[in-house]
Amino acid sequence: MKLKIIAYLIMSITIIFIQPLKVYAEEAVYKPVHDIPKFFVPKPPFTDGIFPCSDCHSGMEVNTKRRVLTDEHTNIIFKHAEKQRWCLDCHNANDRDMLRLYDGRLIPFTESYNLCGQCHGDIFRDWKAGIHGKRTGSWNGEKTYRLCVHCHDPHNPKFKAIKPEPAPIRPSENGTHSLPIGNH
Amino acid sequence: MPCNNDDDDKKKSISISRRGLLKGAALGLASIAIPVGNAEASVWDAFFQKHFTEMSKDELQSTIARLEKEYKEKYAVDIKVGAEKPIPNVLFGYGLDLSRCIGCRKCVYACVKENNQSRHDPQIHWISVLRFKKGEKWVNDLEQSDMYYNPEKTPEEGYFYMPVQCQQCEKPACVKVCPTKATWKEPDGIVVVDYNWCIGCRYCMAACPYGARHFNWASPNIPKEEINPTTHYLGNRPRMKGCVEKCTFCIQRTRNGKYPACVEICPVGARKFGNLLDKDSEIRYCIDNKRVFRLKEDLNTSPKFYYFFAT
Repeated sequence: MKLKIIAYLIMSITIIFIQPLKVYAEEAVYKPVHDIPKFFVPKPPFTDGIFPCSDCHSGMEVNTKRRVLTDEHTNIIFKHAEKQRWCLDCHNANDRDMLRLYDGRLIPFTESYNLCGQCHGDIFRDWKAGIHGKRTGSWNGEKTYRLCVHCHDPHNPKFKAIKPEPAPIRPSENGTHSLPIGNH
Repeated sequence: MPCNNDDDDKKKSISISRRGLLKGAALGLASIAIPVGNAEASVWDAFFQKHFTEMSKDELQSTIARLEKEYKEKYAVDIKVGAEKPIPNVLFGYGLDLSRCIGCRKCVYACVKENNQSRHDPQIHWISVLRFKKGEKWVNDLEQSDMYYNPEKTPEEGYFYMPVQCQQCEKPACVKVCPTKATWKEPDGIVVVDYNWCIGCRYCMAACPYGARHFNWASPNIPKEEINPTTHYLGNRPRMKGCVEKCTFCIQRTRNGKYPACVEICPVGARKFGNLLDKDSEIRYCIDNKRVFRLKEDLNTSPKFYYFFAT
Protein backbone atom coordinates (compact mmCIF):
# COMPACT_ATOMS: atom_id res chain seq x y z
CA MET A 1 0.00 0.00 0.00
CA LYS A 2 2.79 2.38 1.01
CA LEU A 3 4.65 1.45 -2.16
CA LYS A 4 1.59 2.29 -4.23
CA ILE A 5 1.31 5.72 -2.64
CA ILE A 6 5.01 6.40 -3.24
CA ALA A 7 4.63 5.33 -6.86
CA TYR A 8 1.66 7.71 -7.29
CA LEU A 9 3.64 10.50 -5.69
CA ILE A 10 6.62 9.92 -7.98
CA MET A 11 4.37 9.82 -11.03
CA SER A 12 2.52 13.00 -10.14
CA ILE A 13 5.78 14.81 -9.40
CA THR A 14 7.20 13.80 -12.77
CA ILE A 15 4.02 14.91 -14.49
CA ILE A 16 4.22 18.27 -12.74
CA PHE A 17 7.79 18.68 -13.88
CA ILE A 18 7.25 17.44 -17.41
CA GLN A 19 4.30 19.76 -17.98
CA PRO A 20 6.23 23.04 -17.99
CA LEU A 21 9.04 21.44 -19.97
CA LYS A 22 6.57 20.41 -22.62
CA VAL A 23 5.15 23.94 -22.82
CA TYR A 24 8.64 25.33 -23.06
CA ALA A 25 9.46 22.99 -25.94
CA GLU A 26 6.34 24.19 -27.76
CA GLU A 27 7.25 27.81 -27.11
CA ALA A 28 10.71 27.40 -28.54
CA VAL A 29 9.46 26.68 -32.05
CA TYR A 30 8.04 29.82 -33.63
CA LYS A 31 5.65 29.54 -36.51
CA PRO A 32 3.77 32.47 -38.03
CA VAL A 33 0.37 32.45 -36.42
CA HIS A 34 -1.70 33.98 -39.17
CA ASP A 35 -1.38 33.85 -42.88
CA ILE A 36 -1.19 37.55 -43.64
CA PRO A 37 -0.45 38.93 -47.12
CA LYS A 38 3.06 40.15 -47.64
CA PHE A 39 3.56 43.72 -46.58
CA PHE A 40 6.04 45.82 -44.80
CA VAL A 41 5.52 46.89 -41.23
CA PRO A 42 8.01 49.32 -39.71
CA LYS A 43 9.87 48.37 -36.54
CA PRO A 44 7.95 48.52 -33.28
CA PRO A 45 8.14 51.95 -31.62
CA PHE A 46 10.34 50.98 -28.68
CA THR A 47 11.58 53.52 -26.17
CA ASP A 48 15.30 54.02 -26.79
CA GLY A 49 17.45 51.33 -25.22
CA ILE A 50 14.53 49.29 -23.90
CA PHE A 51 14.91 46.38 -26.31
CA PRO A 52 16.09 43.61 -26.13
CA CYS A 53 14.40 43.11 -22.77
CA SER A 54 16.76 40.22 -22.04
CA ASP A 55 19.58 42.73 -21.52
CA CYS A 56 18.18 43.30 -18.05
CA HIS A 57 15.81 40.38 -17.55
CA SER A 58 18.09 37.47 -18.48
CA GLY A 59 19.83 37.44 -15.11
CA MET A 60 16.72 38.15 -13.07
CA GLU A 61 14.61 35.67 -11.21
CA VAL A 62 11.10 35.39 -12.63
CA ASN A 63 8.45 36.59 -10.22
CA THR A 64 5.04 35.54 -11.43
CA LYS A 65 3.19 37.19 -8.59
CA ARG A 66 0.78 39.86 -9.72
CA ARG A 67 1.91 43.15 -8.21
CA VAL A 68 2.38 46.86 -8.77
CA LEU A 69 5.87 47.52 -10.18
CA THR A 70 7.83 49.92 -8.02
CA ASP A 71 11.47 49.64 -9.19
CA GLU A 72 11.28 49.68 -12.99
CA HIS A 73 8.69 50.47 -15.68
CA THR A 74 6.98 52.83 -13.28
CA ASN A 75 6.17 55.20 -16.13
CA ILE A 76 3.75 52.71 -17.63
CA ILE A 77 0.15 53.75 -17.18
CA PHE A 78 -1.78 50.54 -17.40
CA LYS A 79 -5.33 51.15 -18.59
CA HIS A 80 -6.14 48.21 -20.78
CA ALA A 81 -8.54 45.75 -19.14
CA GLU A 82 -6.26 46.09 -16.13
CA LYS A 83 -8.68 44.31 -13.82
CA GLN A 84 -8.48 41.14 -15.88
CA ARG A 85 -4.84 41.14 -16.85
CA TRP A 86 -1.32 42.10 -16.01
CA CYS A 87 2.20 42.09 -17.54
CA LEU A 88 2.80 38.38 -17.93
CA ASP A 89 -0.44 37.77 -19.82
CA CYS A 90 1.21 39.30 -22.86
CA HIS A 91 4.91 39.43 -21.97
CA ASN A 92 6.57 36.05 -21.81
CA ALA A 93 8.15 35.20 -18.46
CA ASN A 94 10.91 32.89 -19.68
CA ASP A 95 12.04 34.71 -22.80
CA ARG A 96 11.38 38.41 -22.37
CA ASP A 97 12.24 39.25 -25.95
CA MET A 98 9.08 37.52 -27.12
CA LEU A 99 5.40 38.10 -26.55
CA ARG A 100 3.03 35.38 -25.52
CA LEU A 101 -0.33 34.32 -26.91
CA TYR A 102 -3.11 32.83 -24.79
CA ASP A 103 -2.29 29.34 -25.94
CA GLY A 104 1.36 29.67 -24.92
CA ARG A 105 2.80 30.24 -28.37
CA LEU A 106 5.44 32.91 -28.61
CA ILE A 107 5.57 35.71 -31.17
CA PRO A 108 8.16 38.43 -31.80
CA PHE A 109 7.40 42.08 -31.07
CA THR A 110 7.41 42.74 -34.82
CA GLU A 111 4.25 40.64 -35.14
CA SER A 112 2.43 41.91 -32.09
CA TYR A 113 -0.79 42.25 -34.15
CA ASN A 114 -1.34 38.55 -33.51
CA LEU A 115 -1.50 39.28 -29.81
CA CYS A 116 -3.89 42.23 -30.15
CA GLY A 117 -6.01 40.25 -32.61
CA GLN A 118 -6.80 37.64 -29.95
CA CYS A 119 -9.31 40.00 -28.34
CA HIS A 120 -9.90 42.56 -31.10
CA GLY A 121 -10.83 40.12 -33.81
CA ASP A 122 -13.07 42.47 -35.78
CA ILE A 123 -10.46 45.22 -35.78
CA PHE A 124 -7.78 42.70 -36.75
CA ARG A 125 -9.89 41.61 -39.70
CA ASP A 126 -10.36 45.21 -40.85
CA TRP A 127 -6.66 45.93 -40.35
CA LYS A 128 -5.68 42.99 -42.54
CA ALA A 129 -8.02 44.29 -45.25
CA GLY A 130 -6.46 47.76 -44.94
CA ILE A 131 -9.53 49.43 -43.46
CA HIS A 132 -8.50 49.89 -39.86
CA GLY A 133 -5.35 51.94 -39.46
CA LYS A 134 -3.18 53.99 -41.71
CA ARG A 135 -1.64 52.77 -44.94
CA THR A 136 0.81 54.60 -47.09
CA GLY A 137 2.54 53.84 -50.37
CA SER A 138 0.75 52.66 -53.46
CA TRP A 139 -2.97 51.98 -53.88
CA ASN A 140 -2.15 49.38 -56.55
CA GLY A 141 1.18 48.08 -55.25
CA GLU A 142 3.56 48.07 -52.29
CA LYS A 143 2.05 49.45 -49.11
CA THR A 144 3.33 50.21 -45.65
CA TYR A 145 1.17 49.01 -42.79
CA ARG A 146 1.64 50.02 -39.19
CA LEU A 147 1.56 47.85 -36.10
CA CYS A 148 -1.33 48.43 -33.70
CA VAL A 149 1.22 49.86 -31.26
CA HIS A 150 2.33 52.58 -33.66
CA CYS A 151 -0.92 54.41 -32.93
CA HIS A 152 -2.13 52.78 -29.71
CA ASP A 153 0.01 52.56 -26.60
CA PRO A 154 -0.56 48.88 -25.73
CA HIS A 155 -0.70 49.70 -22.02
CA ASN A 156 -3.10 52.61 -22.51
CA PRO A 157 -4.55 52.25 -25.99
CA LYS A 158 -7.15 54.99 -26.25
CA PHE A 159 -6.18 57.44 -29.02
CA LYS A 160 -5.11 60.75 -27.47
CA ALA A 161 -6.51 64.10 -28.56
CA ILE A 162 -4.10 66.25 -30.58
CA LYS A 163 -3.75 69.91 -31.45
CA PRO A 164 -5.66 70.69 -34.64
CA GLU A 165 -4.29 72.72 -37.55
CA PRO A 166 -5.54 76.33 -37.78
CA ALA A 167 -9.12 77.03 -38.77
CA PRO A 168 -9.70 78.45 -42.25
CA ILE A 169 -10.08 82.20 -42.66
CA ARG A 170 -13.70 83.32 -42.83
CA PRO A 171 -14.82 84.44 -46.31
CA SER A 172 -15.40 87.99 -45.05
CA GLU A 173 -11.70 88.22 -44.19
CA ASN A 174 -10.45 86.19 -47.11
CA GLY A 175 -11.39 87.42 -50.54
CA THR A 176 -12.33 83.93 -51.68
CA HIS A 177 -16.04 83.70 -52.00
CA SER A 178 -16.27 79.95 -51.90
CA LEU A 179 -19.89 79.06 -51.53
CA PRO A 180 -20.79 77.66 -48.16
CA ILE A 181 -21.61 73.98 -48.37
CA GLY A 182 -25.30 73.27 -48.57
CA ASN A 183 -26.26 76.79 -49.50
CA HIS A 184 -28.77 75.66 -52.09
CA MET B 1 -28.09 94.58 -109.51
CA PRO B 2 -27.52 90.84 -110.00
CA CYS B 3 -29.98 88.86 -112.11
CA ASN B 4 -32.21 86.08 -110.75
CA ASN B 5 -30.10 83.05 -111.59
CA ASP B 6 -27.33 84.46 -109.42
CA ASP B 7 -29.50 84.10 -106.29
CA ASP B 8 -28.12 80.72 -105.21
CA ASP B 9 -24.57 81.87 -105.64
CA LYS B 10 -25.36 84.96 -103.69
CA LYS B 11 -26.73 82.95 -100.74
CA LYS B 12 -23.64 80.79 -100.77
CA SER B 13 -21.30 83.70 -100.87
CA ILE B 14 -23.12 85.36 -97.98
CA SER B 15 -22.95 82.27 -95.82
CA ILE B 16 -19.26 81.83 -96.55
CA SER B 17 -18.52 85.47 -96.03
CA ARG B 18 -20.39 85.43 -92.71
CA ARG B 19 -18.10 82.69 -91.45
CA GLY B 20 -15.13 84.51 -92.90
CA LEU B 21 -16.27 87.72 -91.31
CA LEU B 22 -16.56 86.12 -87.87
CA LYS B 23 -13.16 84.52 -88.24
CA GLY B 24 -11.68 87.77 -89.36
CA ALA B 25 -13.40 89.66 -86.60
CA ALA B 26 -12.12 87.21 -84.01
CA LEU B 27 -8.59 87.51 -85.30
CA GLY B 28 -8.92 91.25 -85.53
CA LEU B 29 -10.19 91.49 -81.95
CA ALA B 30 -7.48 89.15 -80.82
CA SER B 31 -4.85 91.34 -82.36
CA ILE B 32 -6.33 94.34 -80.57
CA ALA B 33 -6.53 92.42 -77.29
CA ILE B 34 -2.89 91.36 -77.43
CA PRO B 35 -0.58 94.34 -77.48
CA VAL B 36 1.64 93.94 -80.52
CA GLY B 37 4.58 95.52 -78.78
CA ASN B 38 5.21 92.66 -76.35
CA ALA B 39 3.31 89.94 -78.15
CA GLU B 40 5.67 87.06 -77.59
CA ALA B 41 5.01 83.82 -79.37
CA SER B 42 3.89 82.22 -76.10
CA VAL B 43 1.07 84.73 -75.65
CA TRP B 44 -0.26 83.82 -79.08
CA ASP B 45 0.17 80.13 -78.36
CA ALA B 46 -1.74 80.49 -75.12
CA PHE B 47 -4.50 82.39 -76.85
CA PHE B 48 -4.98 79.81 -79.56
CA GLN B 49 -4.40 76.78 -77.35
CA LYS B 50 -6.71 73.91 -78.29
CA HIS B 51 -8.96 72.06 -75.88
CA PHE B 52 -6.94 69.58 -73.82
CA THR B 53 -8.79 66.54 -75.14
CA GLU B 54 -8.30 67.67 -78.75
CA MET B 55 -4.60 68.37 -78.60
CA SER B 56 -2.26 66.08 -80.53
CA LYS B 57 0.76 64.65 -78.78
CA ASP B 58 3.01 67.33 -80.26
CA GLU B 59 0.61 70.14 -79.41
CA LEU B 60 0.39 68.88 -75.84
CA GLN B 61 4.17 68.69 -75.63
CA SER B 62 4.63 72.24 -76.81
CA THR B 63 1.86 73.49 -74.51
CA ILE B 64 3.55 71.82 -71.56
CA ALA B 65 6.94 73.21 -72.59
CA ARG B 66 5.41 76.69 -72.75
CA LEU B 67 3.83 76.33 -69.30
CA GLU B 68 7.04 75.01 -67.75
CA LYS B 69 8.91 77.99 -69.18
CA GLU B 70 6.31 80.42 -67.79
CA TYR B 71 6.42 78.78 -64.37
CA LYS B 72 10.21 78.93 -64.36
CA GLU B 73 10.06 82.66 -65.04
CA LYS B 74 7.40 83.25 -62.41
CA TYR B 75 8.54 80.99 -59.57
CA ALA B 76 12.24 80.39 -60.42
CA VAL B 77 11.60 76.70 -59.83
CA ASP B 78 11.79 73.84 -62.34
CA ILE B 79 8.19 72.69 -62.33
CA LYS B 80 7.43 69.47 -64.17
CA VAL B 81 3.98 69.48 -65.76
CA GLY B 82 2.89 65.90 -66.34
CA ALA B 83 0.00 64.69 -68.48
CA GLU B 84 -0.30 61.08 -67.34
CA LYS B 85 -3.29 59.40 -68.94
CA PRO B 86 -5.97 57.48 -67.04
CA ILE B 87 -5.00 53.89 -66.22
CA PRO B 88 -7.27 51.45 -68.14
CA ASN B 89 -9.86 49.56 -66.07
CA VAL B 90 -9.50 51.93 -63.14
CA LEU B 91 -12.33 53.95 -61.61
CA PHE B 92 -11.17 55.79 -58.54
CA GLY B 93 -13.21 55.69 -55.36
CA TYR B 94 -12.65 57.21 -51.95
CA GLY B 95 -13.72 56.11 -48.48
CA LEU B 96 -13.83 58.20 -45.34
CA ASP B 97 -14.41 56.60 -41.96
CA LEU B 98 -16.53 59.02 -39.93
CA SER B 99 -16.17 56.88 -36.82
CA ARG B 100 -12.41 57.58 -36.84
CA CYS B 101 -11.99 61.18 -38.04
CA ILE B 102 -10.78 63.39 -35.18
CA GLY B 103 -11.12 66.72 -37.02
CA CYS B 104 -7.41 67.61 -36.79
CA ARG B 105 -7.34 69.24 -40.28
CA LYS B 106 -3.99 67.65 -41.15
CA CYS B 107 -5.55 66.57 -44.47
CA VAL B 108 -6.50 70.16 -45.26
CA TYR B 109 -2.94 71.42 -45.04
CA ALA B 110 -1.29 68.37 -46.63
CA CYS B 111 -3.61 69.00 -49.58
CA VAL B 112 -2.72 72.69 -49.74
CA LYS B 113 0.98 71.84 -49.86
CA GLU B 114 0.72 68.98 -52.33
CA ASN B 115 -1.60 70.83 -54.68
CA ASN B 116 -0.02 74.29 -54.68
CA GLN B 117 -3.07 76.09 -53.33
CA SER B 118 -2.94 79.79 -52.61
CA ARG B 119 -1.87 80.24 -48.99
CA HIS B 120 -3.44 83.64 -48.32
CA ASP B 121 -5.30 86.42 -50.14
CA PRO B 122 -7.08 84.33 -51.21
CA GLN B 123 -6.70 81.35 -48.89
CA ILE B 124 -7.89 78.26 -50.74
CA HIS B 125 -8.63 74.93 -49.06
CA TRP B 126 -9.92 72.06 -51.16
CA ILE B 127 -10.98 70.18 -48.02
CA SER B 128 -13.41 71.63 -45.47
CA VAL B 129 -13.77 69.79 -42.19
CA LEU B 130 -17.27 70.25 -40.78
CA ARG B 131 -17.97 69.85 -37.11
CA PHE B 132 -21.34 68.63 -35.87
CA LYS B 133 -22.83 68.37 -32.43
CA LYS B 134 -23.61 64.80 -31.52
CA GLY B 135 -27.29 64.00 -31.41
CA GLU B 136 -28.42 66.91 -33.57
CA LYS B 137 -29.52 67.15 -37.19
CA TRP B 138 -26.60 66.83 -39.50
CA VAL B 139 -26.36 65.07 -42.82
CA ASN B 140 -29.27 66.88 -44.47
CA ASP B 141 -28.68 70.08 -42.60
CA LEU B 142 -25.08 71.01 -43.29
CA GLU B 143 -25.79 74.69 -42.56
CA GLN B 144 -25.77 73.75 -38.88
CA SER B 145 -22.17 72.64 -39.13
CA ASP B 146 -19.16 74.68 -38.10
CA MET B 147 -15.96 74.68 -40.14
CA TYR B 148 -14.22 77.37 -38.06
CA TYR B 149 -13.98 75.40 -34.79
CA ASN B 150 -10.71 76.10 -33.04
CA PRO B 151 -10.26 74.22 -29.77
CA GLU B 152 -6.99 73.37 -27.99
CA LYS B 153 -7.28 69.74 -28.94
CA THR B 154 -9.43 67.53 -31.12
CA PRO B 155 -11.50 65.38 -30.98
CA GLU B 156 -13.74 67.29 -28.61
CA GLU B 157 -16.24 65.75 -26.26
CA GLY B 158 -19.75 65.83 -27.75
CA TYR B 159 -18.75 66.57 -31.35
CA PHE B 160 -17.92 64.67 -34.50
CA TYR B 161 -16.33 65.71 -37.77
CA MET B 162 -16.99 65.27 -41.47
CA PRO B 163 -14.39 66.40 -44.03
CA VAL B 164 -15.91 67.41 -47.37
CA GLN B 165 -14.06 67.78 -50.65
CA CYS B 166 -14.86 67.15 -54.32
CA GLN B 167 -17.02 64.03 -54.42
CA GLN B 168 -15.97 63.16 -58.00
CA CYS B 169 -19.59 62.62 -59.03
CA GLU B 170 -20.45 60.19 -61.79
CA LYS B 171 -23.09 62.73 -62.86
CA PRO B 172 -21.32 65.98 -62.04
CA ALA B 173 -23.58 69.03 -62.08
CA CYS B 174 -20.53 71.28 -62.41
CA VAL B 175 -19.57 69.70 -65.75
CA LYS B 176 -23.10 70.09 -67.07
CA VAL B 177 -23.18 73.85 -66.54
CA CYS B 178 -19.69 74.76 -67.78
CA PRO B 179 -20.16 76.95 -70.87
CA THR B 180 -16.63 76.37 -72.23
CA LYS B 181 -16.13 72.67 -71.51
CA ALA B 182 -13.23 73.66 -69.29
CA THR B 183 -14.24 70.95 -66.83
CA TRP B 184 -15.07 67.33 -67.57
CA LYS B 185 -15.01 63.82 -66.17
CA GLU B 186 -12.01 61.70 -67.13
CA PRO B 187 -12.37 57.94 -67.86
CA ASP B 188 -10.91 57.09 -64.41
CA GLY B 189 -13.72 59.11 -62.85
CA ILE B 190 -11.79 62.23 -61.83
CA VAL B 191 -13.53 65.50 -62.61
CA VAL B 192 -10.79 67.81 -63.89
CA VAL B 193 -10.44 71.48 -64.82
CA ASP B 194 -8.34 72.91 -67.63
CA TYR B 195 -7.37 76.19 -65.97
CA ASN B 196 -6.40 77.66 -69.34
CA TRP B 197 -9.91 77.12 -70.66
CA CYS B 198 -11.75 78.27 -67.56
CA ILE B 199 -13.26 81.71 -68.09
CA GLY B 200 -14.07 82.21 -64.42
CA CYS B 201 -17.84 82.46 -64.76
CA ARG B 202 -18.21 80.32 -61.58
CA TYR B 203 -21.38 78.60 -62.83
CA CYS B 204 -19.80 75.34 -61.64
CA MET B 205 -19.42 76.71 -58.15
CA ALA B 206 -23.11 77.52 -58.05
CA ALA B 207 -24.01 74.10 -59.44
CA CYS B 208 -21.86 72.06 -57.05
CA PRO B 209 -23.93 70.94 -54.04
CA TYR B 210 -20.79 70.19 -51.99
CA GLY B 211 -19.02 73.57 -52.01
CA ALA B 212 -16.05 71.77 -53.49
CA ARG B 213 -14.99 74.36 -56.06
CA HIS B 214 -12.91 77.39 -55.23
CA PHE B 215 -12.14 80.55 -57.14
CA ASN B 216 -8.89 82.46 -57.46
CA TRP B 217 -10.19 85.97 -56.81
CA ALA B 218 -6.61 87.18 -56.98
CA SER B 219 -3.27 85.78 -58.11
CA PRO B 220 -2.44 82.81 -55.91
CA ASN B 221 0.18 83.36 -53.22
CA ILE B 222 2.55 80.42 -52.83
CA PRO B 223 5.99 80.83 -51.26
CA LYS B 224 8.57 79.79 -53.86
CA GLU B 225 10.25 77.40 -51.47
CA GLU B 226 6.97 75.63 -50.82
CA ILE B 227 6.06 74.97 -54.45
CA ASN B 228 5.50 71.30 -55.22
CA PRO B 229 7.32 70.91 -58.55
CA THR B 230 5.77 67.54 -59.43
CA THR B 231 2.53 68.50 -61.11
CA HIS B 232 -0.09 67.40 -63.59
CA TYR B 233 -1.66 69.59 -66.28
CA LEU B 234 -5.15 68.75 -64.97
CA GLY B 235 -4.14 68.84 -61.33
CA ASN B 236 -1.77 70.76 -59.12
CA ARG B 237 0.11 72.92 -61.60
CA PRO B 238 0.10 76.52 -60.39
CA ARG B 239 -3.12 78.34 -61.22
CA MET B 240 -3.77 81.90 -62.18
CA LYS B 241 -6.15 84.64 -61.13
CA GLY B 242 -9.69 84.09 -62.38
CA CYS B 243 -9.87 80.33 -62.60
CA VAL B 244 -11.74 77.73 -60.60
CA GLU B 245 -9.99 74.80 -58.90
CA LYS B 246 -10.88 71.74 -56.85
CA CYS B 247 -9.73 68.37 -55.51
CA THR B 248 -8.57 65.96 -58.22
CA PHE B 249 -7.89 62.94 -55.94
CA CYS B 250 -4.25 64.12 -56.35
CA ILE B 251 -4.26 63.13 -60.04
CA GLN B 252 -0.47 63.66 -60.21
CA ARG B 253 -0.01 61.02 -57.49
CA THR B 254 -2.83 58.56 -58.06
CA ARG B 255 -2.21 58.12 -61.79
CA ASN B 256 1.31 57.09 -60.77
CA GLY B 257 0.05 54.52 -58.28
CA LYS B 258 0.45 56.60 -55.14
CA TYR B 259 -2.19 57.34 -52.51
CA PRO B 260 -3.57 60.90 -52.40
CA ALA B 261 -1.76 63.23 -49.99
CA CYS B 262 -4.75 63.37 -47.60
CA VAL B 263 -4.75 59.56 -47.30
CA GLU B 264 -1.03 59.55 -46.51
CA ILE B 265 -1.21 62.25 -43.83
CA CYS B 266 -4.34 61.15 -41.92
CA PRO B 267 -3.07 60.25 -38.43
CA VAL B 268 -5.97 57.93 -37.68
CA GLY B 269 -6.15 56.15 -41.04
CA ALA B 270 -9.71 57.33 -41.65
CA ARG B 271 -9.12 57.87 -45.37
CA LYS B 272 -9.23 54.99 -47.86
CA PHE B 273 -8.63 55.02 -51.57
CA GLY B 274 -8.60 52.58 -54.45
CA ASN B 275 -10.05 51.15 -57.62
CA LEU B 276 -13.80 50.62 -57.58
CA LEU B 277 -13.48 48.08 -60.40
CA ASP B 278 -11.10 45.87 -58.38
CA LYS B 279 -13.13 43.66 -56.06
CA ASP B 280 -10.10 43.12 -53.80
CA SER B 281 -9.44 46.83 -53.29
CA GLU B 282 -9.72 48.57 -49.93
CA ILE B 283 -12.55 50.78 -51.14
CA ARG B 284 -14.58 47.78 -52.30
CA TYR B 285 -14.06 46.14 -48.91
CA CYS B 286 -15.56 49.24 -47.28
CA ILE B 287 -18.57 49.28 -49.57
CA ASP B 288 -19.13 45.53 -49.22
CA ASN B 289 -18.66 45.28 -45.45
CA LYS B 290 -19.37 48.61 -43.80
CA ARG B 291 -22.30 50.97 -43.38
CA VAL B 292 -21.78 53.40 -46.23
CA PHE B 293 -23.53 56.53 -47.43
CA ARG B 294 -22.92 59.21 -50.02
CA LEU B 295 -23.47 62.87 -49.34
CA LYS B 296 -26.69 64.37 -50.72
CA GLU B 297 -27.40 61.16 -52.60
CA ASP B 298 -30.93 62.38 -53.27
CA LEU B 299 -29.55 64.91 -55.76
CA ASN B 300 -28.62 62.02 -58.07
CA THR B 301 -25.05 63.23 -58.52
CA SER B 302 -23.79 59.74 -57.74
CA PRO B 303 -20.57 60.62 -55.90
CA LYS B 304 -17.58 58.27 -55.85
CA PHE B 305 -16.78 59.47 -52.35
CA TYR B 306 -18.12 57.04 -49.74
CA TYR B 307 -18.53 57.96 -46.11
CA PHE B 308 -18.55 54.92 -43.89
CA PHE B 309 -18.61 53.79 -40.29
CA ALA B 310 -16.07 51.09 -39.43
CA THR B 311 -17.51 50.66 -35.94
